[in-house]
Amino acid sequence: MSYDRAITVFSPDGHLFQVEYAMEAVRRGSTAVGVRGSDCVVLAVERRALAKLQDPRTIRKIVTVDDRCTLAFAGLTADARVLLQKTRVEAQTYRLTCEDAPSMEYLARFIARTQQKYTQRGGVRPFGIATLLAGFSDPEHGEGEGKPVLYQTDPAGTHSSWKAQVIGGRNSKSLREFLEKGYEDGMKEKEAVKLAVQALLEVVDSGAKNMEVCVIRRNETITMEEKDLDEVVKEIESEAEEGKKGGATAASGDE
Amino acid sequence: MDSIFGVTYNGGVIIAADQTNARSILIYQNNLDKISELSSHSMMGCAGPNADFVNFTQYIQKSLQLYEFSNDGLKLSTKAQANFCRGELAKALRKGPYQVNVLLGGYDAKKDGEVGDGSLYLMDYLGSMQKVNFGVQGYASNFCLSIFDREWKEGLNEAQALEIVDHCIGELAKRFLIAQPNFLIKVVDKDGVRVHKFGSDPEDN
Repeated sequence: MSYDRAITVFSPDGHLFQVEYAMEAVRRGSTAVGVRGSDCVVLAVERRALAKLQDPRTIRKIVTVDDRCTLAFAGLTADARVLLQKTRVEAQTYRLTCEDAPSMEYLARFIARTQQKYTQRGGVRPFGIATLLAGFSDPEHGEGEGKPVLYQTDPAGTHSSWKAQVIGGRNSKSLREFLEKGYEDGMKEKEAVKLAVQALLEVVDSGAKNMEVCVIRRNETITMEEKDLDEVVKEIESEAEEGKKGGATAASGDE
Repeated sequence: MDSIFGVTYNGGVIIAADQTNARSILIYQNNLDKISELSSHSMMGCAGPNADFVNFTQYIQKSLQLYEFSNDGLKLSTKAQANFCRGELAKALRKGPYQVNVLLGGYDAKKDGEVGDGSLYLMDYLGSMQKVNFGVQGYASNFCLSIFDREWKEGLNEAQALEIVDHCIGELAKRFLIAQPNFLIKVVDKDGVRVHKFGSDPEDN
C-alpha cells in the first residue's frame, strides 16, 4: 500500500519548491568544508555551541559509511541518519554481491539517486541534507594508485566532484569564493588542513573546540586532536595578525 | 564428509577443518578454506555443501560489518555474534534453510589488559546452539569427541591445545575411511585470527 499523492510538484514557472525549501533547510544547518589535497581529503565541520548538559561525543557530523568512505553532512540530522544507514547497507550489499568495495563514485551516485527518488514519489518529502563524501577513487585500469576525491550531493539529487566545497551555513557562497581564491592544485596535507580551517574560521568563533576536522588519507582516516587543531588555528591567526600589521605599517609609511 | 573441530584454551580458541572439497566420488579441490573470518577476533568453521557455506558465511560477515559501521565502530561480542548466526539459521529454516553445521569461535578482550576469554559455540543447521569447551562437526565427532573428553581440561595453554588437535587429526588419518590429507588450523587470541598451519595453501590457484 503506497501513497499516491505527490508532495513535490512543479510550480507554474518550473520550480520544485519543496526541493528549494529543502536547500534552505541545508542552509540553516552548520557549515561543512571539504578540501581535496594531492594525497588526502580534509573534512572540517562547524560544531555549534552545545547546551551545557549535553554530551558532545554523541553529536557526530563526520561519519564513516564504509572502510574507504567518510561523509560529512549539513542540514537535518535525523534525515542524515536515515540516508546514511541506507548508504551503509548499500555499501555492504555491494561488497556481498560483487566481492569488491564500491567506488566513491558509486556511493555518491547512490546517495544522489536516493535523494532524487524522494523528490518524485508519493507521500514523501525530500531529504533536507547535502553531503560531502571523501575518499580515494579506484586506480585507473587497475594500475597505479587511486586519487583523492570529494563528492557533493544536494536535496535535488545531483552529485558532482569538487576540488574544494562548502555546504550548509548562511555564508556558503562567500566561503566558496574564499576557497576559490585560496585553493592550489597539489596541496599537501598540511596546506589542505590549513585552507579548510581558514575557511571555517570565517564563520565560527576562533578555537579548536568549535570545529571537528578529519583527514582522510590513503590508508586511514584520522580525526585531528584538539591540541593539533589549536596549533593550526594559532598559526592562521598569527599570520593574519602579521598581515594586518604589515598593512598598517605600509599605510603609516605612505603618510 | 567435512571434519571440523574446535577447542578453547586459556586466552583463545583453535578451529581445525579439513581442506577437501568433494561431491560423491569426485574431489573438486584439496585446498579449500572452510574457516571464514567473521571479524577481527572471531571465526566460523562450517560443514556442509560449498554453496550454502559460502552464502551463509559471507552474509554473516557483511552483516557484522554493517553493524560495526552503523554503531560507531562497536564490535559485537562472540556471544552476540553466535546468537545472531543462530537467529539467521533459525529464520531461514522455514523458508530456505542453510544446510551448514557451524563452529563459531572468538576472543573477547577483558578490561585493563587482563587475558581475555576464548569461547566456542556449536550450531547445527536447524538452529540449535550450545556453548562448548570443545566441539566437532561431521563424522569426525565419532572419532574425536572421546579424545577431547579425555584430554581437555581447564587452563590449557595454546601449545597443549594444539597437541590435542594434532592428536585428533592423527586419529582421523588412521581410522577414518575417507582420506583427508590436508587440514587447516586457525587460532584466535588477543592478536586476532591467524592461520597456524595448513596442509595445502588456500591461496594457491
